Amino acid sequence: METLARLLKEHPFLAGLEQRHLEFLTGCAANVRFTAGEFLFKEGQESDASYLVRSGRVVLEIAVPGRGPAQLQTIEAGEVLGWSWLYPPYRWQFDARAVEPVRAIRLDGNCLRAKCEADHDLGYELVKRFLYQVHTRLERTRLQLLDVYRADT
Amino acid sequence: MPEVARDPMMPRFLRVRRAAAETRDTVTLELDDAAAAPAFAPGQFNMLYLFGAGEAAISISGPPANRATLVHTIRGVGSVTAPMMQLKRGAVLGVRGPFGSSWPLPEAAAGAYDLLLMAGGIGLAPLRPVIYEVLRRRRDFGRLIILHGARTPADLLYRNELAQWRTSPGVTVKLIVDRGAGGWSGRVGVITDLLGAVEFDPAETLAMACGPEVMMRFCCRELVRRGVAAEHIYLSLERNMKCAVGFCGHCQFSPFFICKDGPVFRADRIEPLLGIREL
Repeated sequence: METLARLLKEHPFLAGLEQRHLEFLTGCAANVRFTAGEFLFKEGQESDASYLVRSGRVVLEIAVPGRGPAQLQTIEAGEVLGWSWLYPPYRWQFDARAVEPVRAIRLDGNCLRAKCEADHDLGYELVKRFLYQVHTRLERTRLQLLDVYRADT
Repeated sequence: MPEVARDPMMPRFLRVRRAAAETRDTVTLELDDAAAAPAFAPGQFNMLYLFGAGEAAISISGPPANRATLVHTIRGVGSVTAPMMQLKRGAVLGVRGPFGSSWPLPEAAAGAYDLLLMAGGIGLAPLRPVIYEVLRRRRDFGRLIILHGARTPADLLYRNELAQWRTSPGVTVKLIVDRGAGGWSGRVGVITDLLGAVEFDPAETLAMACGPEVMMRFCCRELVRRGVAAEHIYLSLERNMKCAVGFCGHCQFSPFFICKDGPVFRADRIEPLLGIREL
């Protein structure tokens, strides 16, 4: 438990979080590993966790009929993956596959929701942090949508 | 006739020694220049004239130390550059130049700065002479960080050289593509993501970015957010150029002519202009 608390504290997503909140979150956390090629989750499955990636690389993919999987974005060490557990219908929107061995902290979504309801200070802190992730991910996605390297741009 | 060769409006005529496809729409042409072309500085460009098609501004992408061969990497996207894709050994091109400003290598060497290069798509071509020079004069510079983004893995430029540079001491190479596919196991996202994947001291770093202008705006913003002073960021701009010597005004960019005052600009001097639609 002590190791897990330390790992949580060291992860950039939770940097600066109050000690009492970190201790509160430790009850939702588990240390997990994925081998290269293993799926962290698949589109349509129940979304029940966030992953704080500690090492390795995860690719977000979506299956395109006739073309195979399209790779949309990669998530690296220090980043967070998954927030579909925040809102109904709590389903993953994409596949997430470990491109190389991945170590991560899994934060259970049901547990997080309950903790956030029980402690709104913690809930606000977490929502702010997730919102920042969504903000930066949206900015990246918009830049990708611009397709700036296309020949006629 | 040396006096004719010095006339900036008069092309020299050089033969293609080698044409090598880089990607599906990009070719590198090596031109024989036995008469030894005027020295160029990394970041400068030449006007290449294809008979029957016209003239286009193309950055020089070879080693500055090799005066006998002039190297240009060309993306075939227009009425002049698309036919250039078909050129074979022995073909003749008209060449005017070199023109324009250059990357700040003297400043970088004087301050022994670390260099952070951000190259999007064909934007790696104008930065390649910087890499050659830094590797040739390794002791004059600090670390060299090369960040290269492309549309797909197949669009990454100079893949063999990237692999070689990666193994050079003090050199870091990171790649990213907008869209991954197939067996690609590298990063997928935008080039600014790579800034989070490298460690650098913002106060000791000179950054040079080249690529689509929107990309460079995002790079500039992100570099400043990470503590790099705008005076330490350099961008290479592109506009439609004709005369290349500041006479015709085709490439005017507010108070600047890209051909004469650029293409390399310090970010603090042009950043306020980049978001103006009319420019």
